[in-house]
Formats: sequence, C-alpha cells, structure tokens
Amino acid sequence: MDWVNAVLQGLLLGGQYALLACGLSLMFGVMRIVNLAHGVLAVAAAYLAYWLVSHTALPSFATLVIVIPVMAAVGWALQIGLFNRALKQGELSPLLVSFGVAVIGANLLQEGFKADSRSIAIGDLATSSIRLSDDLSIGVFSLITLVVAVVVIGGLRAFMAYTRVGRGMRATKDDHEAATLMGINERTMYALATAIAIATVALAGVFLGMSTQFTPTYGDLVLIFAFEAVIIGGLGNLWATLVGGLVLGVAQTVGAQIDPAYGVLAGHLVFLAVLLVRPQGLLVSKAVMA
Amino acid sequence: MTDTEATALLGLTGVDVHYGDFQALYGLDLSVAEGETLAVIGANGAGKTTLLKTISGLMKPTRGTVRFAGRDVSRTATHKRVRSGIALTPEGRRIFASMTVEENLKVGAYGRRPGPWTLRAVYDAFPLLAEKRTRRGGFLSGGEQQATAIGRALMSNPRLLLLDEVSLGLAPVVIADIYAALPAITAKGTTVLVVEQDLTQALAVADRVQCLLEGRTVLEAAATDVTRAEVAAAYFGTGGVPAQRGAAATIPTTRQEA
Repeated sequence: MDWVNAVLQGLLLGGQYALLACGLSLMFGVMRIVNLAHGVLAVAAAYLAYWLVSHTALPSFATLVIVIPVMAAVGWALQIGLFNRALKQGELSPLLVSFGVAVIGANLLQEGFKADSRSIAIGDLATSSIRLSDDLSIGVFSLITLVVAVVVIGGLRAFMAYTRVGRGMRATKDDHEAATLMGINERTMYALATAIAIATVALAGVFLGMSTQFTPTYGDLVLIFAFEAVIIGGLGNLWATLVGGLVLGVAQTVGAQIDPAYGVLAGHLVFLAVLLVRPQGLLVSKAVMA
Repeated sequence: MTDTEATALLGLTGVDVHYGDFQALYGLDLSVAEGETLAVIGANGAGKTTLLKTISGLMKPTRGTVRFAGRDVSRTATHKRVRSGIALTPEGRRIFASMTVEENLKVGAYGRRPGPWTLRAVYDAFPLLAEKRTRRGGFLSGGEQQATAIGRALMSNPRLLLLDEVSLGLAPVVIADIYAALPAITAKGTTVLVVEQDLTQALAVADRVQCLLEGRTVLEAAATDVTRAEVAAAYFGTGGVPAQRGAAATIPTTRQEA
C-alpha cells in the first residue's frame, strides 16, 4: 500500500510540475526558445502574490486576478523588448538572453525580498485531505493543483486547435515566414505566445508558493523540474508535457519511497534515461502541437 | 501602356533588389492593371521569384518603389500588404505541415478581409481539396499542396494574387487541373500575376507577358501578339533576333521534376 500511495502522491506532485512546465513547452513549441528565466518568473509571481497578501487585504487566491495579468504583461514586454531582437541574431541568442534575465531576476528578488524563505498562507486548505482508505489519503490542495494543470493544458490545447489566433500561432510555429504571408504579424504572435506562457507560469508559481517555502533562488529548481517534465514528455507538445510532469512526479515519490534521500535523484535518472533511450520524449509527436 | 500605368493596381518603378552583394533585379519596371492577368516568364535565376518576394514584402527593394492600389508600399511589412490585398503562393508552396487542409485554408483567412472567397468557394474551385480537407499538409501530394497553397491565398480575398511556379514539379495532368481553376479566380475580379517557366501555360492564361533575363525586362507584349520564337529569343537572351527555327523546340514546355 505504501507503493500505491507513493504513485498516487507522485501523480499529484506531477500536476504541479506539469503546470510549471506547460509555459516552457509552449514557448519552445512556438518559437524554439528555451526560456531559462522560466523558473525565476514563477518565483517572481509567488513573491508578487506574497507581497499583495501582506500589504493588502487581498485573500491568497484573489491575488491571481492581479498576478496573472501583470506577469502576462511582463512576458509580452520580454518578448517585444528582448527575445524578438535576440531571435534575429540566431537560435542561441534568446537562450543567452533568457539566462541573463534569470540571473538579474533572481538578484532583484534577493534585493527586494531578502533571502528569507516565504510562503503564501492558504489556511486549512494546506493541511486538509481526502481519505480514500485507511492507508490512502490525498491532499486537497495537491488535487486542486492537478485539476488546474489539466484544465490549463486542455484550455491551451483547445485555444491552439479551435480559435483563429491559435491556428495562427500554429501556422507561425510551422513556418513563420509563410505565416506572415497569411497576414499574421509574427512578432505580435510571438509576444502573445510568451504572454500566455508567462501567465501560466505565474499561476503555477503562485500555487507553488502556496504549497511550499520559496526563496529568490528557488527558480533554479523550478526550471530544472519544468525542463525535465518537458523533455520526458516530448518537446513542443502540451499533452506530452502533462504526461512528462506526472512521470517526473511519480519518479520522485517512488524514489523517495526507496530512500527519502533519493527522491529528486530518481527524477533526474528518469530524465536521463529518457534522453538516452527516447530523446524525442515518451509521447512521440510528428511536429504536431497536439 | 501609360493608360494602364495611370490606373495600375500594382506598379514597380526602377526597382533594384539585392541579396547581399548579389543584385537580382536591375531597375525593374512592371505594371499590372486591375483585372488583368500578367505572366512573368524567364529562365532560372532571371529574378522571377525575387520579383514576387519584393511585391509581397518578403524582400525590400534597395532602390525604386512598389505601389499598390495607389499607395507606396515599398517599406510596408508583409502581413500588412496581405491585409491590404496582396496574396502570394510562395515557391515551394510552404503548406503548414502539421495542420489539415481545412486549417491551412482557415489560416489563409486570418486577416478577415471580406470578399467572395470562403471555404465553400475554394472547395468548389478545387474539388480535390474537399476530399482531403482533414488530411495534414505534410501528407499531401505535390498537386494537392499546390491547390491548398492557392486556396489558402484566395482565402485572404486578395485583389492581387501572385502565383510562383505553379507547374514546378507537377505532372502535366495535375498542372492542367490547377490551371483549370484560374478562370474561376479571374472571373471574381482578382488580378493575377503568374510566374512561370512553362511557356505554354503562361501564354494560355495571360493577357500580357513580360519576360525577364538576368534581372531585367527583355520583352513585354500582349499574349496574343507574341510568337513563341520571339519569346524564346527573349527567354534565352539571344539578342532579340529570332533564333533558328529549331530553338523553339528547346523551350521548356512542361517541366517535370522529381
């Protein structure tokens, strides 16, 4: 029963990883940009929510109404101001630029909020759980996170599949020059993709801040887990990223079941195994943002 | 000619275009009247594709102007030109491979220009596309891709349709199928500029032909006024003197490539 529990908890944890990773997956899928600032942006969103809770009367979940639009605007500005320019210099440039943003961002957070660890209070929700049997129970907040991850990824998928702008985004992904021949403004489309990606990571960051303690440099770990989730599932495919997140979560909790010190290591080993054996990811997709 | 220039839908004046140090077009003048079909012909490297890229905005002239519907669009971004009514079916078709035929067509309508072209109208013009509507672009034959590319361009309801090498790499029967749709397109008032290496097709569909050689115009005439020998001389740059009769036989008519 311990093992069943480990898998169950892993799936719940995986929901958080999937939510953290889907923005990374979206940006890579549309623009081939690996955004190394992804983790620090998640943490920045958590700090923004923390600041709002401590300086206003806003309840924790209500901060999302402010945090998500603000971070989406940050994403838009980053794309217009930095990444679009960097893309003109070749594929490697956005990677380097995002690395710079990650370093600067973490240091700015350090300046503004000190290195103390924080968390966003959510009251009883943090500890309440649903009993499935005598040995099995699942945390309500973890369950909410997983549901939110599935809804966000499903929503993104539907947006890409069925809306005019979503189709335009897929066209830009397939062939950005041909897309401009359809009347699509490539740079605006990229800015929109990044805005959406950063909005999802802001949501994920606030949820992260509600479930655990975070510090200004916590983004490094977030980036690694998000990156692993994307690679395990398969690049540029949103459902694959969900699966990747779940696999990573299960690997970590099952590893921890073997020995509590092995949790994170087990996740890394699964990631490496996937890179070696199936570098295209567990869910193979033929250039389809499915 | 001055008549058409006054009312021209598209007018290029003294256009130079460079790829780095290499100059592809030399002071090119070109004009297309509304409702007219112009065929631009020439051998490989004559500058035909560069011309279309310059009109659509994918390349910018280093000198000269491109005017469309009375406005100077020389510096206008491609996506804005599309929205003002210039559509290009590019060399190589450039179908969105992960998207179905129908999705490709819908993306063509991205700019939401009003006009006669809808999914239904495109399927009527290209019946083969209606059967393949759920097939992904990456799994289409060359002819299906070309039809999708033209349909996709039409979905933007262009005033000016630019067709680049429609016949390239297609079997004669497929080329005939695709060109069969052209009258339906011009009947809706769309102005067409077609670039071709296939002289027979070009002369059959066009009101007027303009022949390019190494980035310059070497012949311009109404399609009915020109003989194949004259065109052949211009095409190969044999100095305007009609070559011996045998030369006409060497004109590439239908190119079929891998």
